[in-house]
Amino acid sequence: MIEEAPLLRAQNVTRLYGGRVGCRDISFSLWPGEVLGVVGESGSGKTTLLRSLAGFEPPDEGAIHFRHGTEEHDIYALDEASRRAMMRTEWGMVHQNPRDGLRLDVSAGGNIGESLMARGDRHYGKMRARITDWLQRVEIDSSRIDDSPQSFSGGMQQRLQIARVLVAEPRLVFMDEPTGGLDVSVQARLLDLLRVLVRDLHLAAIIVTHDLAVARLLTDRLIVMKDGHIIEEGLTDQILDDPHHAYTQLLTSAVLSA
Amino acid sequence: MTPASQHDPDYNYAYLDEATKRMLRRCLLKAIAIPGYQVPFASREMPLARGWGTGGIQITAAIIGPADTLKVIDQGADDTTNAVSIRHFFARVTAVATTEETTKASLIQTRHRIPEEPLRDGQILVYQVPLPEPLRKLIPSESETRKIHAWAEYGPIYVRLYEDIAQYGHVTSTYSHPILVNDRYIASPTPIPKFDNPKMHMSPALQLFGAGREKRLYAIPPYTKVKSLDFEDYPFALQRWDEPCALCGSTSSYLDEVIINDANERMFVCSDTHYCETRRAEGHEGPQLAKAQSVRLTGCAP
Repeated sequence: MIEEAPLLRAQNVTRLYGGRVGCRDISFSLWPGEVLGVVGESGSGKTTLLRSLAGFEPPDEGAIHFRHGTEEHDIYALDEASRRAMMRTEWGMVHQNPRDGLRLDVSAGGNIGESLMARGDRHYGKMRARITDWLQRVEIDSSRIDDSPQSFSGGMQQRLQIARVLVAEPRLVFMDEPTGGLDVSVQARLLDLLRVLVRDLHLAAIIVTHDLAVARLLTDRLIVMKDGHIIEEGLTDQILDDPHHAYTQLLTSAVLSA
Repeated sequence: MTPASQHDPDYNYAYLDEATKRMLRRCLLKAIAIPGYQVPFASREMPLARGWGTGGIQITAAIIGPADTLKVIDQGADDTTNAVSIRHFFARVTAVATTEETTKASLIQTRHRIPEEPLRDGQILVYQVPLPEPLRKLIPSESETRKIHAWAEYGPIYVRLYEDIAQYGHVTSTYSHPILVNDRYIASPTPIPKFDNPKMHMSPALQLFGAGREKRLYAIPPYTKVKSLDFEDYPFALQRWDEPCALCGSTSSYLDEVIINDANERMFVCSDTHYCETRRAEGHEGPQLAKAQSVRLTGCAP
């Protein structure tokens, strides 16, 4: 499953907020089709790291390399136009709050369609068919295609956001607490859906979560962060079953049934 | 045509000071060099409120000269308050000849219409623009829309068309339908009816757009490609009327709906008053001409 060259390489990524550390010296590689989890408590720098990786905020030190074809690009050394083009076509971001990732004044279909129009689709009928297909894949009734996302439940909004990102056929998806704020049964369905989509589409994903159950279900590898540093990394099962670092041990023992 | 007289000596020629006119001309040259690109300019206070046509007036003031003949229209009409006032203003501060005849004008300032008679080489059409940014309703941030224009990331603007078709089955915009200029920049045609959009394509006249409140101007040079946005399977389409102009019988002009009494009776008449009058003078007659003349609804001469 793991191909030779990594898709994404983070090298000593450091992000400072004045004197405070957002994240420091983060290095790792991500291979195509791999799902990487980033866990840690609130304020440990997970989201800061994700925003740097996804092209939103340049790191203060270090570099992020993304492989496009056979070439590796330092995404912050690229000019902004190319970086934005890569953000539209190569990877996508699923925000914790669906309101950050959706246009609430545009219909559900329009939200998915925008990703298609952004890459140049100009045929209404063909777009409509793809949108309907994607609504079904994220288990939204296709009769709701013209409804406003404001009339959707939280879980549906989150699934709509996922469809909006995945319809552009990215190779990598960033997810920031994708199940945050959803009740347990809805979380379970969403996780199931994500697992199927990630496997079917052979997507690479980086999932930030504080929920070890989510990490166990979705991820192949884990990075554990504390105070902006990586304190432990390895295969998910290995880390959750046999944590080495004292903090990771605390984290796993704090969960009732991870 | 009203011949030239003496311009009011209390004002500089064309009202604006010479330095301002030079600034505007520099901006206009840049706008013409990059068709459809919005050039920022230092909009001046004019003797009327921002949003009432100050952008168009400043452009006209910057390029008008003694040899020009000026026509001013407001929603197609030469004889409404705005058109009369602006025409009078320029007659006073420049003493140029003014006219209502499209073919005789060298400079036409317009609010929201393109004259029905085809424009020709050498004519200049100046538009008054309220909102120059076609993406503004979707993207409130100016720095973001500038980036979108710079890199031609024009996906989001199609969302508007998509939503129309999804909700109503066709594109419902009747005015201000966005245009792609010279295959590069998306621009607002200003609130002209989309009926007029095709007239912008390959027009022999120079088209200049000024937004005074928003401090932007842009241009479409003569013989430039102008495409109205559409989808492949929903091509750009114009609205049609079921009846001809009630006064002149024209079936090819843009018609305004006019309610004529309390009994819900209405008639459709050309919005371009000069075009309508010319046709009537040539002997064309619409179905309600006699009736309209009897109640003095024909505008100028009965």
